[in-house]
Amino acid sequence: MTTIQENQAKKEVMRRIRRSRSPKKIIKTTLHYLFLTVITLIFFAPIAYMLIGSLKPTAEVLDGINGFIPKDLSFANYLQVFATFNDDSMGFLWRFYANSVLVSFVIVFGGLIVNSMIAYALARLRWRGRNAVQVIVVLLVILPFEAIAIPLFYLLRDYRNTYFVQFLPFIASAFSIYLFYTFFIGLPLEIQESARIDGASPWRIYRAIILPMSKPVFASVTILSFLSAWSSFLFPLMMVDDPLYVPLPLEIQVYFTQPPTDWGPIFAFGVILVLPVLAVFLLFQRWFIQSVAASAIKG
Amino acid sequence: MGKSKRTKFGQDNLAGLLMSLPGILLLVLFVIVPFFTAIVLSFFNVDFNMVGGPKFWGLEQYRRILVDPVTSPIFYKALMNNFTFALIVVPVQTGLAVLLAVMLNAKLKGIAFFRTFFFLPVVFPMSLVAIIWALMFSRDSLGMLNGLLNLFSFGYIQPIDWLGDPNIALLSIALLSVWAGVGFQMVIVLAGLQEIPLELYEAASLDRANWWQRFWNVTIPGLRNTLVFVVIITTIFSLRLFDQVFILTKGGPIDATQTVMYQAVTSAFVEGNVGRASAITVVFVVIIICITLIQRVVLRQNREVK
Repeated sequence: MTTIQENQAKKEVMRRIRRSRSPKKIIKTTLHYLFLTVITLIFFAPIAYMLIGSLKPTAEVLDGINGFIPKDLSFANYLQVFATFNDDSMGFLWRFYANSVLVSFVIVFGGLIVNSMIAYALARLRWRGRNAVQVIVVLLVILPFEAIAIPLFYLLRDYRNTYFVQFLPFIASAFSIYLFYTFFIGLPLEIQESARIDGASPWRIYRAIILPMSKPVFASVTILSFLSAWSSFLFPLMMVDDPLYVPLPLEIQVYFTQPPTDWGPIFAFGVILVLPVLAVFLLFQRWFIQSVAASAIKG
Repeated sequence: MGKSKRTKFGQDNLAGLLMSLPGILLLVLFVIVPFFTAIVLSFFNVDFNMVGGPKFWGLEQYRRILVDPVTSPIFYKALMNNFTFALIVVPVQTGLAVLLAVMLNAKLKGIAFFRTFFFLPVVFPMSLVAIIWALMFSRDSLGMLNGLLNLFSFGYIQPIDWLGDPNIALLSIALLSVWAGVGFQMVIVLAGLQEIPLELYEAASLDRANWWQRFWNVTIPGLRNTLVFVVIITTIFSLRLFDQVFILTKGGPIDATQTVMYQAVTSAFVEGNVGRASAITVVFVVIIICITLIQRVVLRQNREVK
């Protein structure tokens, strides 16, 4: 094992090597950046297309590569979207938003409580039936939602067009439980044990000791469950068709399907849909990246 | 584990059960019960359009899906499409994720800026992604992708009917799926890269290994478990394929983009044939379980090698 000093010395040498700029190195770095830039342009093109298209007259959106040329820009499409979704038959734009926000919030917040509690009980408490529950949770981790979508649709068909049918099935998540569990099991035992000896109840230990130490895993689960809840499509498609309860990702599909296909307003709707999430992502980017990295179960 | 000597067993017993109860209840009600319902329904003829209640059918649904010469080909077509889709998306997406991650792992100024762009599509709901690409894929010369191809081939490549040509439609769906999903995989691979001890690279450099040799002999073996994980989740993702197909092609043209989930959902939701949809669901789960078991075996072999 190398010591810290040796490591630092090594880094210093590396830094010096990097600073000495041979022509070969400069060419290499330039190519590196060039490659990344080209890929970035390719990746960003569809998004740029949507952004520009949302500001252009419909007739000019579908026009080959001219679609990228920012010409005749206006907010007319956005105004049209606001005007279209402003009555009982089409639904209200704010209401689609409220639906998505409400459903996602309950799934995320409820999930944090329910899943972290059961994960703590599995990781740190000894109770009858624990092993059985543990095995079941591990088995359920591999079961994607698609595996139960059809029977859920059948069982809950009398409760279509409600809120609770949109969030209740998604609060408990074997995957979130698993993420919490692996985090809790890695926390140092000493404080918990001494709190126990002092007579603290498991509930108190969970609230006063575990929760404050577990911010990273709570952030990860929040982001991962938010991303899937916010994008939810298949289940709302089967369970909701009343504009009063439709969430955003479903509504854009409905809008897209209804003739006439007005590309400008459709793109404007897309921007309205994604912009807040994009802003949150840019603000908390580091957390998003860490959450996704933490989602890999390599065991 | 066994009983704890220091604390009263009864105290933990109650607390453990109480804290797990909400989770257990919800999992039972909304995952376990529905799953067994699917198994039960698959043995019945349950049809919303039918007069009268469900009729016991034994294995008839499975016979129709898997054996019947008239009704089974469409299911096998869907299954084949899922596997073809996986065969395209898994190597392309994994390869691209590794390439991007390696490029981003360099210590260069402003590298996080590029990472942001590659990751961006991950925060887009799939329904929106599909709609953006619907326009990218417009078939005539006014389509964006056709316009770009025309420009870069100096007019040589003629407009392609991306979603209307049965030979290309599935490929087009794969293209947008890679665009939407590669950022997620890239981040996982990037985390895997950062776990590889730097000493290994230094040792390889001392042995005068070039970039390519270091990549094959240090990076790839170091990423092995990460790559197995990425391949498995991408494969399962390929089997779940639904949103894109529903929005863009509805399984067409001439069933070129039929998928297992698309058939399950349309059977239940459009045709009201819940029995058939349930049987498809059960087959779907069996396939997922098989893939996961393969993953376990491969990972165990990896550990034994080490």
